[in-house]
Amino acid sequence: MVVPSETVIELSRWQFAATALYHFLFVPLTLGLSFILAAMETVYVTTGRVIYKEMTQFWGKLFAINFALGVATGLTMEFEFGTNWSFYSHYVGDIFGAPLAIEGLMAFFMESTFVGLMLFGWDRLSKAGHLSVTFLVALGSNLSALWILVANGFMQDPVGAAFNPVSQRMELTSFFDLLFSHDAQSKFVHTSIAGYVTGAIFVVTISAWYLSKGRHVEIARRSVRMGALFGAFSVIGVITLGDALGFVAGHAQPTKLAAMEGMWETEQAPAPLKVIAFPSDEQQRNVGPTIEIPGLAGILITHSLDKELPGIKELERRATERIRNGIPGMLALQRYRQNPDDQAALATLREHEDDLGYAMLLMRYAPDLTQATEVQIAQAARDAIPPVWLTFWSFRLMIGMAFLMLIYLIAMATYSLSKQCVAHRFLLKISIWMLPVPFLACELGWLTAELGRQPWTVYEKLPTWISASTHSAGYLYFSLIGFTLIYLVFIIIEMFLMVKFVRQGPGEHGHRPVTGGGGGIQPVLSRPVMKPEE
Amino acid sequence: MEVYIALKVLWWLLLGVLLMGLAIMVGMDMGVGTILRYVGRTDGERRVALNIIGPHWDGNQVWFILGGGAIFAAWPVIYATAFSGLYVVMLLLLWTMIIRPVGFEYRSKLPSSTWRNAWDWGLFVSGFVPMLVFGAAMGNALQGFPYHFEWNMASVYTGSFIVLFNPFAILAGLLSVSMSIYMGAAMLMNRSEGALYERSRKLLMIFGPLALVLFTAGGIWIANMQGYTLSGATQGAAANPLDPHVTVQMSRGAWLTNFRAMPVLWLLPLLTYVGVILGALAGRAGKSHLAWWLGALAWIGIMGTVGAAMFPFMMPSSTHAAQSLTVWNASSSEHTLIWMTVWTVVFVPAILAYTSWAFWVMRGKVSTQQVENDDHAY
Repeated sequence: MVVPSETVIELSRWQFAATALYHFLFVPLTLGLSFILAAMETVYVTTGRVIYKEMTQFWGKLFAINFALGVATGLTMEFEFGTNWSFYSHYVGDIFGAPLAIEGLMAFFMESTFVGLMLFGWDRLSKAGHLSVTFLVALGSNLSALWILVANGFMQDPVGAAFNPVSQRMELTSFFDLLFSHDAQSKFVHTSIAGYVTGAIFVVTISAWYLSKGRHVEIARRSVRMGALFGAFSVIGVITLGDALGFVAGHAQPTKLAAMEGMWETEQAPAPLKVIAFPSDEQQRNVGPTIEIPGLAGILITHSLDKELPGIKELERRATERIRNGIPGMLALQRYRQNPDDQAALATLREHEDDLGYAMLLMRYAPDLTQATEVQIAQAARDAIPPVWLTFWSFRLMIGMAFLMLIYLIAMATYSLSKQCVAHRFLLKISIWMLPVPFLACELGWLTAELGRQPWTVYEKLPTWISASTHSAGYLYFSLIGFTLIYLVFIIIEMFLMVKFVRQGPGEHGHRPVTGGGGGIQPVLSRPVMKPEE
Repeated sequence: MEVYIALKVLWWLLLGVLLMGLAIMVGMDMGVGTILRYVGRTDGERRVALNIIGPHWDGNQVWFILGGGAIFAAWPVIYATAFSGLYVVMLLLLWTMIIRPVGFEYRSKLPSSTWRNAWDWGLFVSGFVPMLVFGAAMGNALQGFPYHFEWNMASVYTGSFIVLFNPFAILAGLLSVSMSIYMGAAMLMNRSEGALYERSRKLLMIFGPLALVLFTAGGIWIANMQGYTLSGATQGAAANPLDPHVTVQMSRGAWLTNFRAMPVLWLLPLLTYVGVILGALAGRAGKSHLAWWLGALAWIGIMGTVGAAMFPFMMPSSTHAAQSLTVWNASSSEHTLIWMTVWTVVFVPAILAYTSWAFWVMRGKVSTQQVENDDHAY
């Protein structure tokens, strides 16, 4: 059997992670900013105040710069399953392809057609017409996220599908189970609201920077208020729904959960929450100091006081059992593929079907399963555990950032609602440093979800290693170098344009940019922001 | 079982429709990119050209994305085999295509002429190369690809990517480039005036007839090349390219079998001739909207001709012909096809409706002045 080489597997994973994380720099901002634009334009249309139109157009320009790269890098994602994960594409394409195609039909077509009208149609459409178009862009981008996460949900918790030995792949059995998978639904809400937080922080921090320089005060002040309120509510939503997601993962993906919590041993219910720990994947224990809150993990994850959470070592023992159970199933499948009339083989296969994925874990070390040794089985079982240190800390950092954003957005919302002034000087000064935080948090969320899913592309059904295309390593070096160069050039250009247009600010309002900026805070704080620069 | 056969044929047709949508709509935008530097001599003219398709290219590009998605969902084996087998070519396609969104959006954001010139070259590459690759892919599909499957359906590709640029594939690629230039030129004529309009008309009248010459040459080539004939396939069976009962014959002229069996299929190539000849005449008479629609008909004729010749083959294997991917052995399960059909029936009419509305909203001529006064223009 031709299988991908270890180098190819490794490089394919790096390439996918790099291109997905890069794409995911632009997506959350699109999700959030599109709704903020719609909200601003709604105020413009309902009150008729032109400043809200200027706000919409200014943030819309930054939206477009971001959107272009989102579209470009999204193309890569659609290609990459086929180019680099061809066995995966064959094995679950019957299920996984559908939400991707529906995303195009229902969401992306809408988003892309109306984004053209949103940017070019200001003079061609009525006020209400243009507002509807802006809303359709927001709706389209969010529906897009829904279908992508339905597809991803299947990788995390493969419901609504069954293995068909004739076509030698998994096939869809229930579209509703796929669509209403708990993982997909809770992750959709968590991810899209994370996008709203990203959009809000983007608007609030850049506006706060203007305020700190005393520039574009009218637009910035209003942007801060809208952004901070939207963001504060959203970040509360992200945190609560993150908890729901943990609850779901606790049931569907025990290995991910144990890795997120650094739980090597099964602990007495309710298990403590480790705030800080240093898991060692080598030694299979936490080394160094551990800070715990008694009982909290059990309560948060099981929403109960008495349900036990299995530890990593226990899960590894269970994996060993399932590998052993998978071996006769895979051997029966091979016999059945040789001779489709072999009813005995089919019966054995059906009996062991659930553990075929575990047999594939073992095939990495024992291509001929009849010759598999105990050592190889132990190796494969060890593989069944995701990288604990990375998952644990990605998760911790993401949560830390979420709470940091919560504090920041509540502070900004409070100040922007209070009568006295726009915001505290200190808060304005540190604001710009908050700008990267939501982007990092989103990336860390992706890492938690997808590293925690390892060693599977489809949880317990299809291992990552066998999913890769059987390329020569040279192809992978070629494509990795190509992506690196192109993406590097793109990000430099994008950042350059973003910074340039942020510095330039909303032009139409007639505020000339203040150069230098020294002492720019003074005028803002010394009088209620009505006429800043005169 | 009968339902499953009907669904397979339906999704073969729908894939054809999507590829036609891709060729017509994305091809038009890519044609504009290809001829941008020729039709637009000044920055103002180039901006007019870009702003003519500016509001639409993004929506049009979804035909491409949807085409990919539909192959993945309805023909997963083909998605897995073709995309991985053609790795280098796919990357060439992807890397040139992703310049386009960025190029449109960023080109006119800075006044520097070096900057704008660089993006204009980028837009040329991202228009010309993908259309060449699309056509070449079609040309190669007619010749078959060197691949086979392991027992577990892992696909193994055994050819080099250089072979993919063989003379027939390049001819097919140039046909697709010519048609894209024709369509791009017709679109520019629709919405421009003056020098831009005249140069576009000139190109339309060169590249329409050129496409016809290439189409004719390709047709003669196809009639004499090695084609494939299928026997022993169970049409309603679950997708299994390793079915031992299937045999595939390779013989010269086999791609004409379907035309001999159903002479009505000759209407498809005829449609191309009618479309391009009348289209070029319409273009000459300045009736560019008519020329555009006739060009779209010609595209339907070209894609239809290829589909009719190959049916039921979708991706023949030149090394293991019996494992060739066909309408009968490469589709999704019945359940998936039913659901995909439901979504398509609901949403494709909606897509056609709002796309038409978007074009209607943005109708009329685009002028240099207009572009320079609009802060959001490309």
